[in-house]
Amino acid sequence: MFFKRKEKVYKGRKIPFWSKENWISIGMSSPYLIIFLTFNILPIIIAIGLSFTYFNMLQAPTFNGITNYLNLLTNDDLFLTGLKNTIIMAVCVGPGGYIVALIVAWLINEMKGFVRTLMTFLFYAPSISGNVYFIWTVLFSSDSMGYANGILMNIGAITEPIRFFQNPSYMMPLCIFIAIWCSFGSGFLNFVAGFKGIDRQYYEAAMVDGVTNRWQELWYITLPIMRPQLLFGAVMSISSAFSVGGICTALCGFPSTQYAVHTIMNHLEDFGGARYEMGYACAIAVVLFLMIIGTNFLIRKMLAKVGE
Amino acid sequence: MSENVKKVSLADKIKFHKENKGPGHLSTMRLRNRTTSGYITTLIVLLLFSIVMVIPMLYILCNSLKPLNELWIFPPRFFPHNPTFKNFRDLFEVMNTSTVPFSRYIFNTAFISIVGTGAHVIAASLCAYVFARRRMWCKEGLFKTVQTALMFVGGVTGIPSFIIMVGLGWIDTYYAYIIPAIGAPLGLYLMKQFMEQLVPVSVIEAARIDGCGEFKILFRIVMPMVKSAWVTLIIFSFQGLWGAGGSSFIYDESLKTFNYAIQQIISVGIVRAGIGAAAQVLLMMVPIIVFLISQSNVMETMATSGMKE
Repeated sequence: MFFKRKEKVYKGRKIPFWSKENWISIGMSSPYLIIFLTFNILPIIIAIGLSFTYFNMLQAPTFNGITNYLNLLTNDDLFLTGLKNTIIMAVCVGPGGYIVALIVAWLINEMKGFVRTLMTFLFYAPSISGNVYFIWTVLFSSDSMGYANGILMNIGAITEPIRFFQNPSYMMPLCIFIAIWCSFGSGFLNFVAGFKGIDRQYYEAAMVDGVTNRWQELWYITLPIMRPQLLFGAVMSISSAFSVGGICTALCGFPSTQYAVHTIMNHLEDFGGARYEMGYACAIAVVLFLMIIGTNFLIRKMLAKVGE
Repeated sequence: MSENVKKVSLADKIKFHKENKGPGHLSTMRLRNRTTSGYITTLIVLLLFSIVMVIPMLYILCNSLKPLNELWIFPPRFFPHNPTFKNFRDLFEVMNTSTVPFSRYIFNTAFISIVGTGAHVIAASLCAYVFARRRMWCKEGLFKTVQTALMFVGGVTGIPSFIIMVGLGWIDTYYAYIIPAIGAPLGLYLMKQFMEQLVPVSVIEAARIDGCGEFKILFRIVMPMVKSAWVTLIIFSFQGLWGAGGSSFIYDESLKTFNYAIQQIISVGIVRAGIGAAAQVLLMMVPIIVFLISQSNVMETMATSGMKE
């Protein structure tokens, strides 16, 4: 009875902070929220704070204004290389992987029963099986033992082995390919489930209304209905697009030849983990964070235009 | 009292929807632009794609079954000719000779996975229930924050997280693994979306009128209805904790995980190539098997996880 009465009293209005209902809600959600805020939001606030200081983990941080940011943008050529590479990779792995995942999910939707489950599993498996992407270094290994080199030499396309992970002209495309390969994560599952959940009535109605081919069906019916899934997939692909750095280090080593696959993440780990210039590293982290938030904003704007 | 309420289960709801299709429903009718040849083309395209996807996994599986003399022959062969389980036997022998007993690593991983996953599911469902079906001050803002946190890259928060861990004194303790995993944003997000779409408000209101307390509503009525969601959460959380290798907060060898130990075996390189492959297979098998067992639950959860603008 207590809750029923409260519902009536506050209907349509913002709930007062001091009401009992609010306190019960806060009590129930606080175990999660406190931990979430401590380990997800607080670090970002600390990073923003530290980015305006000189801090080496041993002495207390000293405030030095925007020096870190000025150095980052004007004195640090390597950062600009990293920025360029990160943007290239994010553009290829993010939207590229996203579109490939969407197309694959769309094709899988045509399958039925067991084939469908099997296909979903085959595409999802790389992203859950840990660091299996390491195997690509064996397949593309730089001597003639490598499978890629072996095949290419057998058919006579090349005469001596290509050093795939040391030659700057191959490193970037390979890293992008492998990053896309292991990006079929929960966003992809979400697409498969989303396609399945669309009621066939929509297609039948569209057919009556004169939609003639599959592409029109996709653009005017399927994608607009899928918009919530598309947004979720996009959000999940942002994090995979900006964390390619780890894969690059595992494949090409650090530092990579001529810094061909040097990303902001590598730069951040270099200053944070090896040089202990924490203030500077935090400034890099803040730049990366702003890029992520900016991308999120852009994606929301773009997805609002689907199906128009 | 609440017995009547409980009977409106998810299965009943879905069955209801299947039976009561709208008057225009022609689910048996084939649309005119779907043909058999199109189906076969699609299947072939998918198969070609999926070969690229599975080659590395297949390769590691084959390598783990190869005897030593087949691993290094030239030209390299993909499939083993005389498959053997010797590599797996050797792996267990290597495990027995490590400085920290291997059972300790296994205990660590099991302990972290079970406690962390359990706490995460309970904390996240309490919070998701509030977000989905109760009113709270500043609820929307907090949920938006969780949504934004879905796309944070781990490295960005690395340094401040370390400072926080030092401040709390949690370096070299189990807390460093478990506590951050409890606050993972994906769990709350999936749970909240699932509850919002599949738990009717009327059921909860009815239970409240019958005098059911909030915890009882959550654990007796809501949780059985959202079984798929928490099964999915258990799997994702388990995958994350199972994959926890060398954490930057743990330096004590006896607190490191099974995954870390296996990776140490792999990283020895050429000498133990066969054992390394066997260890890799062991590492990737567990999450794959867990996913295969529970994939219908995962897919059901994913169907509700869309994001509203």
